[in-house]
Amino acid sequence: MGRWRTWAAVAGILALVAACAPPGAPGSGAGQQAAGPIKAGVLASLTGVSAASGQDMVNGWNLYWKLNGATVAGRQLQTLVEDDASEPNTGLTKARQFVEQQQVDFIVGPLLANIGYAVADYVKTTGTPTFFPIVAADDLTQRARVDNVIKVAGWGSSQVTHVQGDWAYDQGYRRVLTICADYAFGHEVCGGFVRAFTARGGQILTQLWFPLNTPDFGSYLAQIPGANPDAVFVLTVGADSVRFVKQWAEFGLKDRVPLLATETMLDQSVLRSMGPEAEGLISLGHWAEGRPARETQDMVDAYLREYNQLPSYYAAAMFAAAGWIAKAIERLNGNISDRKAFLDAVRRTEVSGPFGQQKLDDYGAPILNVYVRQVERRPDGRLWNVPIKTYENVSQFWTFGADKFLKQPLYSREFQGTPEQLRALGLQP
Amino acid sequence: MRAAALARHIPAPLQLGLLAAALVLAIALPYLTSSFYVSVATQILFFGLLAMSIDLLGGYTGLMPLGHAGVLGISAYTMGYLVSRLRWGWVEAAGVALALTVLVSLLFGFLAVRTRGIFFVMITMAEGMLVWGLAYRWASVTGAENGIRGIARPAFATLYWQYYYFALVVFLLCALALWLLVRSPFGLTLRGIRESESRMRTLGYNVTLHKLLAFTISGFFAGVAGLLYAWYNQYISPSSVHISASTEGLLMVVLGGAGTLLGPVLGAAVIVAVKNLLSMYVARWPTVLGLIFIVVVLFAKDGLVGLGRRGWAAWQQRQQRPVSAAPPGAYPMAVDEERAATGS
Repeated sequence: MGRWRTWAAVAGILALVAACAPPGAPGSGAGQQAAGPIKAGVLASLTGVSAASGQDMVNGWNLYWKLNGATVAGRQLQTLVEDDASEPNTGLTKARQFVEQQQVDFIVGPLLANIGYAVADYVKTTGTPTFFPIVAADDLTQRARVDNVIKVAGWGSSQVTHVQGDWAYDQGYRRVLTICADYAFGHEVCGGFVRAFTARGGQILTQLWFPLNTPDFGSYLAQIPGANPDAVFVLTVGADSVRFVKQWAEFGLKDRVPLLATETMLDQSVLRSMGPEAEGLISLGHWAEGRPARETQDMVDAYLREYNQLPSYYAAAMFAAAGWIAKAIERLNGNISDRKAFLDAVRRTEVSGPFGQQKLDDYGAPILNVYVRQVERRPDGRLWNVPIKTYENVSQFWTFGADKFLKQPLYSREFQGTPEQLRALGLQP
Repeated sequence: MRAAALARHIPAPLQLGLLAAALVLAIALPYLTSSFYVSVATQILFFGLLAMSIDLLGGYTGLMPLGHAGVLGISAYTMGYLVSRLRWGWVEAAGVALALTVLVSLLFGFLAVRTRGIFFVMITMAEGMLVWGLAYRWASVTGAENGIRGIARPAFATLYWQYYYFALVVFLLCALALWLLVRSPFGLTLRGIRESESRMRTLGYNVTLHKLLAFTISGFFAGVAGLLYAWYNQYISPSSVHISASTEGLLMVVLGGAGTLLGPVLGAAVIVAVKNLLSMYVARWPTVLGLIFIVVVLFAKDGLVGLGRRGWAAWQQRQQRPVSAAPPGAYPMAVDEERAATGS
């Protein structure tokens, strides 16, 4: 009997306490006052499947501050790095730690799209300025956009491949077969190509999808001779890229069928591990480490000196983001305690950095250059991507216009933007 | 020594006192510390609940499951889908989610309870990964690796401290229910099954039915933990239902002490603390976690609770007076009477 009374008392106390609010500041700290150090929270995947690229991110960010000094408008810039273990729950925990425990002024990163979505949803509730230089997920600056999440020095999955679809048609290809990784990023990248290519009048013969971490692409490559396409469009990421490029050459396809390669297939992060099988391959990307312009080569040389590697887009984007954010902070004379003003300053800033000219559109996505790049061997023996053609001021909506584009659904396995699919939804191709 | 054996069990008033102190601390927490630590405490609550549900099956019935993150996932995904995509109210969504979880637990249990030991582990592992596979590939419903976002909390629990109290109440109610369950005849039957299935069968108990019920009840509480988990992050993704999450739940039970109710909660507290707090200072925190497990498995198989009990017994023993100084009449037919009789 005594135990029941105890539990009743406990329940009573809990009910009473639950009715009162605890004192103290709410979860989202407003950061330091205008005089102390500026705290930047860098969220990267330092362990797990994306560890190598995650380390590139941190290297690129740190290099900028090493070269330019870690001071902005007289205030010291302090970087806090946390690992999200390539996994959304850890990412959310670390984002929470940044905002509630360490009270950072802004967050930069992460790497993976699913972590990006989860973090975006969280910072929507806290209002923390958050910058995504790496996450390419289309919807973050379209239908699912968050006010305080901006793709500073970033890109969109379909942004580059829209251009590629157009370019492929200009090269004379009319019948293309696609082989893409079967997950959200792969669907968006491939969808961009299909949409733009078919809009010009091109025909997609068939679309093959492979699961991530496919060791052997034989069953996909074997279907190419039978389909007899003008070109093959392929999207791979990470270790899949290294294996694919090797098998493409081993199957004897390299000099017989044109390969429409993608940025993540030939990005420096994987190109470093490739050999002659990659030479001469053409891809489109927003980063070209072989771009002759001084701003690009200065950064590439500095990165090479510091880390003995050529920078991948992970490193370059973080470097460019650092410069962009520093420029915005300087504009405000170091006073970023007004978050709205800070975000506005970032949105209004235009840069000319390692990527070339970049600015932001109304949706928080960059308007950037897309380079048609070819893999060449440098005098020192390393492989890199050199631009052979440049498309300037490419928007995430390509030539479709925001209103028209946003009427169509997000690219997915079911919706790739072909004329038939668009007409079925009552939209114009 | 008989005295030492008795002293293993901490006396009831002291237990109640410790529990009361813990309760007071739990209630006062939002007034004492920042939102970050309250969030960590909230995690301990629902991970502790998951661990207790695993322990009901593993520690009390002797069937260690390796797929309970999948069970948690059924509840979390169902509720998440209903609330975030179909805009249902939280009560109906939670009800449907728990009902579905119980149903699926029944089905999973039906497949699993005919097996024992390593085979049970393997079947539950497969069941858990089945849920993961569904979460990963059924993109139109689960959002694949992007998961389901925007899972709104119940309106009265939106702020961090409100949610904490909500989770605390749910946790206490579930802990009470489990406590009553393990002390009931049903709970004792489960422990009997753990000790010897064949003996229970010869005594006339329907062992398979009991195991199935244990599986289902365990699934229900894992489902409740799933609701709290999804509302906490306001997000659910396949990585939360992966075998690695199930394994972590199992480790919480082993670390804390299987076969107790406090053990899993303690284990959850340690693992959550290492992941969220230690990770701020130590980059190689997974190594620290691994070392803790190795130490526990080698030196403290009955977990932290077992360590606590043994420590208490050892402390008790040091407090015992020496036998030779026992007061007269302490032992019936005392040795000293014999001594007096023989004059030695």
